[in-house]
Amino acid sequence: MSYLAKPKFHHPAIEVNQLGFTHRDYEGAISTLCAGCGHDSISAAIIHACFELSIPPHRVAKMSGIGCSSKTPTYFLGQSHGFNTVHGRMPSVLTGANLANRDLIYLGVSGDGDSASIGIGQFVHAIRRGVNMVYIVENNGVYGLTKGQFSATADQGSKSKKGVANPDSPIDMVALAIQLGATYVGRSFSGDKSQLVPLIKGAFEHRGAAFIDCISPCVAFNNHAGSTKSFDYVRAHNAALNTLDVITGRAPITADYEPGETQTVKLHDGGMIRLRKLDATHDVTDRAAALAAIHRHQSQGEIVTGLLYADEDSGDLHDRLGTVDRPLNRLGDADLCPGVEALERVNAALR
Amino acid sequence: MPIQSINEFVVRFANVNGSGSASANQLFARCVMRMGVPVAPRNIFPSNIQGLPTWYEVRVSGEGHLGARGGTDLMVAMNPQTWNGDVAGIEPDGYLFYDSSRPMPKDKFRDDINVIGMPLTELCNARYKEPRLRQLFKNIIYVGALAALLDIELGVAEQLIGEQFKGKDKLIAPNVEALRAGHEYAKAHFACPLGIRLRRADNVGDRVFIEGNDAAALGAVYGGATVCAWYPITPSTSLAEAFMAQCKRLRTDKETGKTKVAIVQAEDELASIGMVIGAGWNGARAFTATSGPGVSLMQEFIGLSYFAEIPAVIFDVQRGGPSTGIPTRTQQADVLSAAYASHGDTKHVLLFPEDPFECFEFGALAFDLAERLQTTIFVMLDLDIGSNHHLSKPFKWDPARKYDRGKIMTAEELDAGKTFGRYLDVDGDGIPYRTLPATHPSRGAYFTRGTTKDRFARYSEEGPDYIENMERLLRKFETAKSLVPAPVETKSKRRTGLGVIYFGSTSPAMREAAELLRGDGVDLDLLRVRGFPFSGAVSDFIEEHERVLVVEQNRDGQLRQLLQVECGVDPARLTAILHYDGNPITARFIRAAIGAAVGVAARGRKEKVES
Ligand SMILES: Cc1ncc(C[n+]2csc(CCOP(=O)(O)OP(=O)(O)O)c2C)c(N)n1
Ligand code: SF4
Ligand SMILES: [Mg+2]
Repeated sequence: MSYLAKPKFHHPAIEVNQLGFTHRDYEGAISTLCAGCGHDSISAAIIHACFELSIPPHRVAKMSGIGCSSKTPTYFLGQSHGFNTVHGRMPSVLTGANLANRDLIYLGVSGDGDSASIGIGQFVHAIRRGVNMVYIVENNGVYGLTKGQFSATADQGSKSKKGVANPDSPIDMVALAIQLGATYVGRSFSGDKSQLVPLIKGAFEHRGAAFIDCISPCVAFNNHAGSTKSFDYVRAHNAALNTLDVITGRAPITADYEPGETQTVKLHDGGMIRLRKLDATHDVTDRAAALAAIHRHQSQGEIVTGLLYADEDSGDLHDRLGTVDRPLNRLGDADLCPGVEALERVNAALR
Repeated sequence: MPIQSINEFVVRFANVNGSGSASANQLFARCVMRMGVPVAPRNIFPSNIQGLPTWYEVRVSGEGHLGARGGTDLMVAMNPQTWNGDVAGIEPDGYLFYDSSRPMPKDKFRDDINVIGMPLTELCNARYKEPRLRQLFKNIIYVGALAALLDIELGVAEQLIGEQFKGKDKLIAPNVEALRAGHEYAKAHFACPLGIRLRRADNVGDRVFIEGNDAAALGAVYGGATVCAWYPITPSTSLAEAFMAQCKRLRTDKETGKTKVAIVQAEDELASIGMVIGAGWNGARAFTATSGPGVSLMQEFIGLSYFAEIPAVIFDVQRGGPSTGIPTRTQQADVLSAAYASHGDTKHVLLFPEDPFECFEFGALAFDLAERLQTTIFVMLDLDIGSNHHLSKPFKWDPARKYDRGKIMTAEELDAGKTFGRYLDVDGDGIPYRTLPATHPSRGAYFTRGTTKDRFARYSEEGPDYIENMERLLRKFETAKSLVPAPVETKSKRRTGLGVIYFGSTSPAMREAAELLRGDGVDLDLLRVRGFPFSGAVSDFIEEHERVLVVEQNRDGQLRQLLQVECGVDPARLTAILHYDGNPITARFIRAAIGAAVGVAARGRKEKVES
């Protein structure tokens, strides 16, 4: 039951993608988040990336946990099935959904509380299993939905809105993801659309566990002086490694970068990411270099952003399990039931 | 006079965990079965890998009583650590078989038992040089000796050894030799056979011999499960492992070698059930196998499955609780925690198999029910059913049977303009339609959430929307009553005002106890409950009897509580008969307990002697 989207008639002035969809077709319900919340900018970037990649919206399964960030799947891709699961457990639900149908595109959206605090175990294991997914943590360093408690990514010493300093050391989600074997790892900032959109596009094109840590200030509880995840702080301390451009296998677009300044990463489906290297020393295929860059910048008080690591020959959980090509949810009685004769043989062997 | 009995007795093996006795003991039990005599073996094992005591109880019953009986007619005492208790547990005039290589002081024996000492260690040390072989063959040698003592046909044992080591043929000859050595020694030194002995019969029929966990796993294969996520816990682990082994044979694509199933050992039970729910949401038949502590961890997700209406199957192989409890012993103590799992107002469908046959049947049925009812279905096994071999009716499958995939709205129906409301009760049975992700490019998508919503799956905090949804869930639960397996009633030949309700692994002991009680002058109508929610037949049965005894294996009378609440019964009408020391319930226990409850003393121990 695979459906090609029907071409629609649109006013010529409205930009359409290869499927004939407009930007509108990728939108969802009106957001109920606080005005100015970083999460809404990430939703906009997801919409933009899906539009530009001409992803059929109904082929995406949107999964999330609980939190302001986890609410956002309602606000994009209205034609996709979505699943708002339980707090911190989106990774297992996404894994199960992926096992059932390997052909869909799985987008997991989570928060730093959801993924780094209550759900760190599930985050860790979904990544190390190599589930084919795009996993975005909308990282604001607080629990937005429960009104401003520290999450596990809050920097030590950073101050809550009430002025209390965080005593615990933070979890760096990108470093963790790289160590766990994620095969596409990037970090960005909700306010940097030009960096974030291509990063998300690259993640969609990647086959395997793609992880993006997106710093996303909470205007209600974490955008004040003393916070290290506020708009101002991040803008001032952002060290971008590279900017990238994603070129899909389906629609090669010519780019105009100087060859000396670019690094091309071939994606699994034939697409390519072209990285404009601002920091000429960073090689995205080098895991150790990625970790070193993260730590080096961290020690200088900088948040390193951009595509940190990519391994395009990774494969995914289904490859490791050796499951059939056809989605498991499409297998019918004849595929699954061994039948009467096989059962007779079983009986005979048990006497 | 030593106990005299043909085909009706209990042999108990006392061993040390990890000494390789398990396969020799199982060989013994299989010999009995192959001689056409019904047999019911049970493992009593510690939560330990090596060094602690284990027992293997083999009930031989030509009459076909397969519950644990209690007591020991022949003790095979291979563990010095447990000697005193083992000797004390022998029935008067019973038999003790032991390793006499080291002399035992006289006061370590009893005057009223018959002692058979065989220098097993000495024999082994003379025959084998390697310590490991000495240990392994010692077990086979005692099986050979028991064959002589109990009149087991040696050919039967030899054939079983041949089957066991098929493919590893080198091992056959030494095992057969050890068996014969034991046999010859016993023939030469003891008066064979004993007063208790076997006689070839034809009482096994076409029954199969299998553990309930294996049978449940086979049910999952036949039921079309394609996703299994699990986390190891006794006594459920062997269910997932059996599923893996069976899928290797039955679900591998011949041409490509790829598998038509995904099995993941999750990081914990939260992840197991999360994966099951994700897969169920996406249209695959998915299950997990666990035990009480796992069900505790899964609570939040089970509530999500209930409220967001997502199919899931949980095999709960119950063990003794609470907490880590008595982890390698049996109980039926998760009834309430499964029935009402999770916060808020929730209720779940439970299936109660009594033996491997029903583990298979209900194992397969659970997947149809999960998709039909779009919710979690529990299959409630226990350690006794799950990890012991049972003689059971052979499995059967109707070739015309088709999976019931439940109410799934298709792209064609959406194109035809059919209204889709994810939580809309179109048919009046409380069961709404669902769409699977990616069904249609522009219709039928919806958002699944654990928060309240209206009929069209839109987020709503309105009281009326919430209540309508909760009421519909109750209607759905009402529908479930007619879908779960009906209770089985066995009426007494004489009219009686006494009824008994029981379930699961209590079955064989209960049936035997009812026969014994009839002999004591107590007539009982029996009702075996096989599913929750209870159908009208259950409340009718309670209604029709003056007094109802509820027999179960837990402290708090969990089934009794459930009956009380769900059937609205006056508690005074339900008498609890409870057994919960971790050992399987016995007919002797039930006979005494019911006898005491109704004021009739059991007539002493009734010897079953075949002439
Ligand atoms: C089991 C459980 N515990 C606690 C909560 C309460 N809770 C809801 S959201 C949340 C924190 C969310 O933080 P984060 O994931 O960072 O999302 P944000 O709101 O910051 O985007 C908590 C603790 C819950 N829903 N479930
Ligand atoms: S509380 Fe913070 S995270 Fe939540 S919506 Fe408001 S700004 Fe966003
Ligand atoms: Mg947060």
